[in-house]
Amino acid sequence: MWQWFYKLGSPRHFYEMTTGFLPWLSGVTFLLLAVGLVWGLGFAPPDYQMGNNYRIIYIHPPTALGAIWIYVMMASMAAMHMIWNIKVADMVAKSSALVGASYSAIALFTGAVWGKPTWGTYWIWDAKLTSMLILFFFYIGVMALRAAYDSETSGSKASSVLTLVGVVNLPIVYYAANWWSTLHQPISQLGERNGANPPEIYIPIFISGFGLIGLVFVMVIMQTRNEILWRERRAQWVQDLLKTELSHA
Amino acid sequence: MGKPQVLSLRASLGATLARELQLALSSPGKAVNPLMFFVIAVSLFPLGGRFEPEALGAMAPGILWVTALLAVMLSMEGLFRADYDDGSLEQLLLSPQPLYFHLLVKVFGHWLVTGLPLVLVSPVLALLLHLPEAGYPPLLLSLLLGTPTLSLIAAIGTALTVGLARSGLLLAVLVLPLSVPVLIFGAGLVDAVLNGLPAAGLLAILAALLALACSFAPLAMAAALRISVQ
Repeated sequence: MWQWFYKLGSPRHFYEMTTGFLPWLSGVTFLLLAVGLVWGLGFAPPDYQMGNNYRIIYIHPPTALGAIWIYVMMASMAAMHMIWNIKVADMVAKSSALVGASYSAIALFTGAVWGKPTWGTYWIWDAKLTSMLILFFFYIGVMALRAAYDSETSGSKASSVLTLVGVVNLPIVYYAANWWSTLHQPISQLGERNGANPPEIYIPIFISGFGLIGLVFVMVIMQTRNEILWRERRAQWVQDLLKTELSHA
Repeated sequence: MGKPQVLSLRASLGATLARELQLALSSPGKAVNPLMFFVIAVSLFPLGGRFEPEALGAMAPGILWVTALLAVMLSMEGLFRADYDDGSLEQLLLSPQPLYFHLLVKVFGHWLVTGLPLVLVSPVLALLLHLPEAGYPPLLLSLLLGTPTLSLIAAIGTALTVGLARSGLLLAVLVLPLSVPVLIFGAGLVDAVLNGLPAAGLLAILAALLALACSFAPLAMAAALRISVQ
């Protein structure tokens, strides 16, 4: 177990392990997304109160929660990078930043589209919306700082520090925004407590939710693999790999 | 060879503070510019539209706080610049005294020169913005507790970007999102007092944020400086 974990720290092993694993993960993710979204957006019955507006639930909550958890993942990777100097951790952190920024942008966008017919406005300065916006800014800051450095090592260390500072700050942002204004409904409880939701509505939620979570890992792993190839491009194993890939093609 | 003479912590911190103040006195522009920015930027807001005095007064806490935040951030850009260029930053990193306290004192010295004048001039600007009379004490208090926090937060961003050639706008992108809580509670304190809401808790939160920044910001700054200076 520990050895498996330890080996993941080596770029080459990370690359080789994910080579076998990634197609399965991508396949399952694609299947979940296809079933969940087609079912949810196309065939699930309209809600008795919100009509078709409620269909945001197949995309918005998973991406919003994803945006938060991706930051947590990015921060743990940044901590691992700072403490043990594990390069793969930094590459995963770098890949997570882009995926996290995209997820928070999707959450903001879908929320705005849903808010117009439901609340009567695209945007409101409410606690959850505000903190999601700030979270988006944090992702942008982390990426901007990394991009500003010419040196890979300095840039990665600097953005790790900023990521960790953000972890301390984010709960405070959320608390501050919460104190400041609240309109967004609390996260709905699915299942027993909400007996009004028939299974045709909430089963696709789980399916598309897991699909969107799987998509995070697929994208992060793919990006990390690219990053590994790029940073190790002078290493012998990458050269060999490229040669065999090219001879197959 | 005798044992190298090591300054006591207190003496070295005093030296850091004195140096910071002397540098500010020798080039007063550094200290005056943020203040001028604050005054000019605040006086632009009423020109951006025709506001009734009441409407302007209601916006005054937000305007003053946002502008103070920008002024503090812009003033911080030079915090480590000269030290980085002439190598004294490396000496600071190499010094036997804990870096933590040095950085804390350095930011404090910088705040004395740039942040404190903002606080002191804010009542005059509040007058221009028709801030209701009850808003003055909370405005002064919130800025007094909030601007050092902002300085500490901005100093983290400065430490992260000191090795980069042009860091001005990048600094803003890094620092402004981090400053959101201070802004909310700082301007919120003034608002709360104006609307007759309980405000002691907000004051406590502002103080807590300052304590939090004092304890953690120097750590992040130290880590960042060690990366920037290599």
